[in-house]
Amino acid sequence: MLELFAATLITLGTVFFIAGTVGLLRFPDIYCRLHALTKADGLGLALVAFGVAILAATPGAAFRIALIWFFIAVSSATCGHLIARHARLAEGGRHD
Amino acid sequence: MTDPLVIFDLLLALAIVALAIAALSVRDLYAMIVLFVIFGLLSALAWVRLSAPDVALAEAAIGTGVTGALLLKTLHHLRFASGQRSACMTPAIPVPTGVMLANAAFCGLITLGLAVAFLGAPAAGPGFDALVAGAMPASGVDHPVTGVLLNFRAYDTLMEVVVLLAAVVAVWQIERGLSDAPSPEMGEVWQGFARLALPAIVVVGTYLLWVGAEAPGGAFQGGAVLAAVGLLLLLTRAYVPQPHHRGIARGAFVLGTGVFALVALLVAGGGRVAFEYPLDHAKTLILLIEGMVTISIAVTLAALFHGREPVALRKEVRHDT
Amino acid sequence: MTPDLIYGVTGIAVFGIGLVGALCAQERLRRVLALKLCSVGAGFLLVVGAWREPPDTPDPVPHALVITGIVVMVSATAVALALIRRLQTLEAEDDA
Repeated sequence: MLELFAATLITLGTVFFIAGTVGLLRFPDIYCRLHALTKADGLGLALVAFGVAILAATPGAAFRIALIWFFIAVSSATCGHLIARHARLAEGGRHD
Repeated sequence: MTDPLVIFDLLLALAIVALAIAALSVRDLYAMIVLFVIFGLLSALAWVRLSAPDVALAEAAIGTGVTGALLLKTLHHLRFASGQRSACMTPAIPVPTGVMLANAAFCGLITLGLAVAFLGAPAAGPGFDALVAGAMPASGVDHPVTGVLLNFRAYDTLMEVVVLLAAVVAVWQIERGLSDAPSPEMGEVWQGFARLALPAIVVVGTYLLWVGAEAPGGAFQGGAVLAAVGLLLLLTRAYVPQPHHRGIARGAFVLGTGVFALVALLVAGGGRVAFEYPLDHAKTLILLIEGMVTISIAVTLAALFHGREPVALRKEVRHDT
Repeated sequence: MTPDLIYGVTGIAVFGIGLVGALCAQERLRRVLALKLCSVGAGFLLVVGAWREPPDTPDPVPHALVITGIVVMVSATAVALALIRRLQTLEAEDDA
């Protein structure tokens, strides 16, 4: 039962990853692409991490997966911001 | 084999080869570096599949992380130095097509020979598995790769640390007096991220060093992760290398090599072969060496990223102007 | 098909691609990167040679060799990149 729940979560997460990738490939400009990538992948990652954490053998492993999720989420948000910021500066726009 | 993981292996292998081709054929150099970083991370994933987590960690941290940072830094420098003249990045003389074709044929021949050698090799060649497994109780650690690196083949590892030392000496000499591109303004979000990530990186790096005795990890992986602290500090400009820090930096560069060689000499002085650690102290000695080597690796990699020696630049710039 | 065959062929392909790049690439940065690809291809072959069918643990000696190789490669790359930066500066001074 627990395995089924975890598998559902991981599958759902994968769907979000695919949606994010489609967005990356299909959207017209860098901001739309970043939007698709950071949002969809953020949710996809959370779902996959949650699913894997349920399957984890020990609470310690589950805690490590939670930490990994946290740091990937923070760094992907920062990366998205840096890419968007760089794009805006390269366009000649003034950053706030 | 009906293993469903074979499909995963095939897809991963295909992606790795495609990324290698893409990295070498994409026009934009920035895109090339990004593709290379993805290539490196996927290679690390493939090595995890081949049950080589130590190698995967080293490749992800050093081969991809630090190398990617070095490449990006150089690209930044090149773009800054060349200004608008991006044509400067390609040599003016085009290579004749004949030479290109000969090169490609030569490469194809070598690759073909390699393929024949690989596919014709005996299925399971004799390895060092049994030897290492038999000698592990005498190594002082429980993880075979760490045992090989710091005990059975410690000479190799000592030389590796010396190579790292030689690299930083060479880079300081090459870049003497070179003017540097101003590091980019990264913004407040980045500063916040650095503040959050710094303590975490220190913990992860130390953990990797400590866990190396019984599980994947060790001095090189830990050192590379700790080098990220240096990169973060340099990029946030929380730490600007000062001329009078050179002494400390030099000390840190040679610390690993020095302690490593000293232990070998002391062990040899005790009537044993160098690196034949006395069993009671083997773990302590290995941890001591690993700890010092980690500090050296972290500082050296950060220095390689920073490039030129702090004081030389200032002096020569003043001299020039 | 077993992982060692799949990744062995991958390693050979990556090595070949890197070799072509090292000889044929125009930009210096790309040539350095191509050499790095070669080293990754060689690493693949060593790791594949160490691999054993799962219940058995792999041979640690080639693993140690590859780790050494990765560190030596980063040192060589750093020196090569410093030389590139130096050359670029010299060329810029010549042009000016």
